[in-house]
Amino acid sequence: MKTAIGIENLGKKYIISHQGQAHQYVALRDVISDSFKKLVKPKKSMKLQREDFWALRNLSLQIDVGEKLGVIGRNGAGKTTLLKILSRITSPSEGKIKLNGRVSSLLEVGTGFHPELTGRENIYLNGAILGLSRKEIKKKFTQIVEFAEIEKFLDTPVKRYSSGMYVRLAFAVAAHLEPEILLVDEVLAVGDIQFQKKCLDKMSDISREGRTVLFVSHNLTAIEHFCSRCILLQSGNLILDGNVESVIEGYIKDVREGTKDLILADRIDRTGSGKIRAVDFKILDSNHNEVITMKSGEDYYFEIDYLNNSEDNFKNIVVSLDIFDDKNSGLLLFRTNFTNNNLEIKKRTGKIFCKVNNLPLAPGNYHFSIFISFADSEILDWIEDTGYFTVEGGDFFGTGSNGLPTHCKILHKAEWFTE
Amino acid sequence: MAQKDNDFLIIEAGKAEKHYFKDLWRYRELFYFLSWRDILVRYKQTVIGIAWSVIRPIITMVVFTIVFGRIANLPSADAPYPILVFTALLPWLFFSSALSDSSNSLIGNANMISKIYFPRMILPASTVIVALIDFFISFILLGIIMLWYGFVPSWKIVFVPLFLILAMIVSLGAGFFLSALNVKYRDFKYIVPFIIQFGLYVSPVGFSSDIIPQKWRFIYSINPMVGVIDGFRWSIIGKGVEFYIPGFLISIFLAISLFIIGIIYFRKTEKTFADRI
Repeated sequence: MKTAIGIENLGKKYIISHQGQAHQYVALRDVISDSFKKLVKPKKSMKLQREDFWALRNLSLQIDVGEKLGVIGRNGAGKTTLLKILSRITSPSEGKIKLNGRVSSLLEVGTGFHPELTGRENIYLNGAILGLSRKEIKKKFTQIVEFAEIEKFLDTPVKRYSSGMYVRLAFAVAAHLEPEILLVDEVLAVGDIQFQKKCLDKMSDISREGRTVLFVSHNLTAIEHFCSRCILLQSGNLILDGNVESVIEGYIKDVREGTKDLILADRIDRTGSGKIRAVDFKILDSNHNEVITMKSGEDYYFEIDYLNNSEDNFKNIVVSLDIFDDKNSGLLLFRTNFTNNNLEIKKRTGKIFCKVNNLPLAPGNYHFSIFISFADSEILDWIEDTGYFTVEGGDFFGTGSNGLPTHCKILHKAEWFTE
Repeated sequence: MAQKDNDFLIIEAGKAEKHYFKDLWRYRELFYFLSWRDILVRYKQTVIGIAWSVIRPIITMVVFTIVFGRIANLPSADAPYPILVFTALLPWLFFSSALSDSSNSLIGNANMISKIYFPRMILPASTVIVALIDFFISFILLGIIMLWYGFVPSWKIVFVPLFLILAMIVSLGAGFFLSALNVKYRDFKYIVPFIIQFGLYVSPVGFSSDIIPQKWRFIYSINPMVGVIDGFRWSIIGKGVEFYIPGFLISIFLAISLFIIGIIYFRKTEKTFADRI
């Protein structure tokens, strides 16, 4: 078997400075004022505390031509860093990579789309950005348009597209790249189900043509469906490499152990501006007692304790609770703006409650994410894999049946009759 | 871009890529497309787009003619004062818009940089093309103004492209340098407009460089735009414009040095763009 990608001892180091936590980038003004301070008070050490952070280390891997490799791991495990190095967006600090063939990455579809330009113009532009020549784009133009289903809107500026059309067009261009090596990162989280299926089919086609695919996703079902081999990364290290089922099993264990002892307030694998932070999370039963396991069909409160780091009260805060099963398929989404319940957040600290009546989940293991934003404009806090809970027992249907958990996790009553 | 060779691509830590300039050539279509995008976007709002490239030089010309020609009563070689000003405005406006657009080009396309590989130099370079379009529009304006005054340009006008190339070298060199600094120091964007404004004062846009005392003239030419502007006047107006050779040589020398330093600095910091942006 020929090797498509050979990775030897790959490492990527970032330098974190502890003083500069407040701002993510350097400002000239700070550099000048810091060196001035150093000049005035040379004794007091103004040295920035710097620390090396290895996003990826000692990674060695051989990927054969035509292999479909799934890459999984928790947030911050180094998956995206790996793809970024392979696609040459960022350069490694250690090690060596040998790539055999043209590499294309779908790190995010629609890169370089310009809202003022029409669909037609954007196809050419995006094609060029992704590495197609004008000739190649011309040749595939009709295919792309057909795949995206946007014939009627070809000459409309994409700013007037619906988000679905936008994503379809973007993926369509990317899907027609025909590289020897394709890197995919989470693109399938978009679009409606039909389109997602179309994308997966397209990816299967690509790999059937003997192309090599690296697929990074949190969607374990998609990985299972699509990949022939899987690796698990943990804090920058390769810890499992093998068949898909066993690696996924390892991942689920890894995730569970990783978040078990960690207090929510101490978690750093979160995004958002941080003006409001979720610092604790509890599940309460209808009598306000904290519980660890839940029962199908009962009523529960999800309690989020927050810390408001700004000096203001906030209105129009969107909070959402995203519940996933152990394969990372989204099952339930509770969001304040679905029910016009956007919240008002007071200064300092407080609690947010989400009451769920008649819990429609079958027995099993679940995990959830917390997402807090200000209207639709600013993400304040977003923690994926916030925590875990288990559903055991309960009597959702009132008949003693607990559904068929291996088959379907969602419970809902239906009426049956004949005529 | 069509990668026909099936060679192994080797990425190794700490090694500058040998094929960078080969890549630059391979990505030339991206360069066309990005310039084309910027031009398209700019003139899509047609009225504002084109009007802006007409109004800006005209108003500047009128103001400078009144201030320097009428109020200060400075000499104007053998041409009407508006033409003296406008021949300098051509390269100056080209330089200032190329510089401000290119220094923002990396930040403005941050999402491309963090998502896709391509030789980053394409971004600042492609913005110069947009400035070039504005330049041609202004050049047509100059023709109209000359017709209005019944002014016949010198035959030396055929040399204009050479000075335009010099102006491009200056703006690209400074553009590479400033765009890379802009990624590193995010507040640098406040400094660029200042550089441009300051440059306008120290460049002979509103007046002829002949009014600079001879002994200062060499030092004055350290500003590479002095050489460019003098060159434009010399080739378009011709009569009554003497060409100060030593000053021009120092301008060329500094322009090329700036260009090389700009490229070296850009190449040195380029690898960290995706991590910083």
